[in-house]
Amino acid sequence: MTQSTVAATAPPAAPAVKPPGQWREALRIFCRNPSAVFGFFLLLAIVAIAVLGPMLMEADPFELVAPPMDPPGSEFAILGSDYLGRDVLTGLIFGGRATLLVGVVAALLSVFIGVVVGALAGYYGGWVDEALMRITEFFQVLPALLFAMVLVTLFSPTLWTISIAIGVVSWTGTARLARGEFLRLKQLDYILAERVIGASSGRIIWKVILPNAVAPLIVSATLAVGTAILFEAGLSFLGLGDPNMMSWGLMIGNSRPYILTAWWAVTLPGVAIFLTVLAVSLIGDGLNDAFNPRLRERA
Amino acid sequence: MSGMNSVAAAPEPLLRVDRLSVEFAGRKGVAPVLNDVSFEVAAGETVCLVGESGCGKSMTALAIMRLIPEPGRINTGVIQLRGADLAKYSVPEMRRIRGNKISMIFQEPMTALNPVYTVGDQICEPLRLHQGLSREEARTRAIDILRSVEIPAPERRIDEYPHQLSGGMRQRVMIAMALACDPDVLIADEPTTALDVTVQAQIFDLLRAQQQRRGTAIVMITHDMGAVSEMSDRVVVMYGGRVVEEGLTSEILESPKHPYTVGLIACLPELDPAPSLDRPDLPEIPGVVPSVWQRGVGCPFADRCTRVMPKCRQDFPPAFQTGPTQKVSCWLYEEQS
Repeated sequence: MTQSTVAATAPPAAPAVKPPGQWREALRIFCRNPSAVFGFFLLLAIVAIAVLGPMLMEADPFELVAPPMDPPGSEFAILGSDYLGRDVLTGLIFGGRATLLVGVVAALLSVFIGVVVGALAGYYGGWVDEALMRITEFFQVLPALLFAMVLVTLFSPTLWTISIAIGVVSWTGTARLARGEFLRLKQLDYILAERVIGASSGRIIWKVILPNAVAPLIVSATLAVGTAILFEAGLSFLGLGDPNMMSWGLMIGNSRPYILTAWWAVTLPGVAIFLTVLAVSLIGDGLNDAFNPRLRERA
Repeated sequence: MSGMNSVAAAPEPLLRVDRLSVEFAGRKGVAPVLNDVSFEVAAGETVCLVGESGCGKSMTALAIMRLIPEPGRINTGVIQLRGADLAKYSVPEMRRIRGNKISMIFQEPMTALNPVYTVGDQICEPLRLHQGLSREEARTRAIDILRSVEIPAPERRIDEYPHQLSGGMRQRVMIAMALACDPDVLIADEPTTALDVTVQAQIFDLLRAQQQRRGTAIVMITHDMGAVSEMSDRVVVMYGGRVVEEGLTSEILESPKHPYTVGLIACLPELDPAPSLDRPDLPEIPGVVPSVWQRGVGCPFADRCTRVMPKCRQDFPPAFQTGPTQKVSCWLYEEQS
């Protein structure tokens, strides 16, 4: 990912002070979109709580601090406790870390694989394209959650194996998007002009075409974060999460049998996941509107 | 080719293309795109490749750069730059030639510049690639180069993005990029087609000035006979992937011999000082360029030619010398030579 993010976010000698017109325009449209701005601040708040909360709090989310299934508003647990007497609020704060981390790492991995496969397929065409696209289709037809479950059970479920499993099953859409962008961009004159100057294929792929294709890829990466969070929740719900790392999905999965007696232990982490994915999707949607010239008149 | 070298005006060629053939291999078979294309360009000389769309001008340029798109390939022939055969160069060797010894400018300055990099980044790139200059050295050189292509306030313009420049300004930036490493040969693929007439004249002046200063050989591709008469020393007329006529510009424009060249020049509107209602219609050449799949053995122009003979459909004629520098590949001139 490092290579593509570097090329994407920092074109050499073009510091952020002077963004190209497209970027400034996109930022302006994004800021005018109330739901996108709402999503941005919502996500900012969630990230702040997940990052700062555990730093400021002396607590262990696995510790038994209250009577089991204490309802919200009790003197031991503000948001109630689960079937073992663990504090739901502490769980939410600490669990956000794992959930967000898995979301981001899995999304980065998925975008990285997708961009590499799509870029090579689109740029080289011919048999490279054929081979890579058949591989992509192979991954596309596998039921993603089932495949991720197999990967997680094969290797012990830790934060990293879960992230990798989610990344490995969810890159196909990005690959197709990147391939399409490369197919379109590679026949433009300035790509030929670049070859005429004597640039190598590697340089053309990563430093010439990729920065031009980055806008739709950013949108796709943002939406991939939301998908990855849902995947992680799904895996944890099925009991395939990391049992030693508190996450929202794990909380839901553990308290699932007690949903009728202690609804809060299942519902509140669910609401947290819902809000996070909503925030990410609103941002992704806002970025899509901002970068898509055909939708600009609307904004 | 020996006849060419004996002409006093032609100095030692810098670029020599000899019997170049390019073919495209497709599902339907092999299509010849270029057939036995030969011409030479000397230092400081401008040669125009002329012909209508689809006759192989741009393909010739790309073949010289060794950038023929898939599935095309150079079949036979020699592309000599200062005596070295580029057709035999490896891919990395060729990369060192491109942008350094031979560069190219394009028709559409709107699309030929990368929108996400500044003008300066794009001019610095060949300098850093081929001459190993540092960022600061390259920037200083880039400002000099921008000034030499007459861009006002180059210190400011260098940090601008292509969309902030006008069409003429972008074409100057393209030229600056192409000339950054002082190439021996500059290939200009319809450099002024997308520009208006005043800007066109400025670009021609600029190219001529650069040529005089550095002795660059220019290969200009055009279908505009006005541009030919203004810019070129010699003309190579192409049709259907073959060279059909070549010679000094003055000689060709005054007495075109090949029926295709005659037609091309007849198509030019004349500035009539007294417009009248009974002015004759502009003549045109009927028909279109045959597709590469339809080219038979004979002359590719045979189907559109008004003076076609049975022989034309059997063999492509060799080049007959019809004037001091003029050579025509047409059976009509078999006896004269």
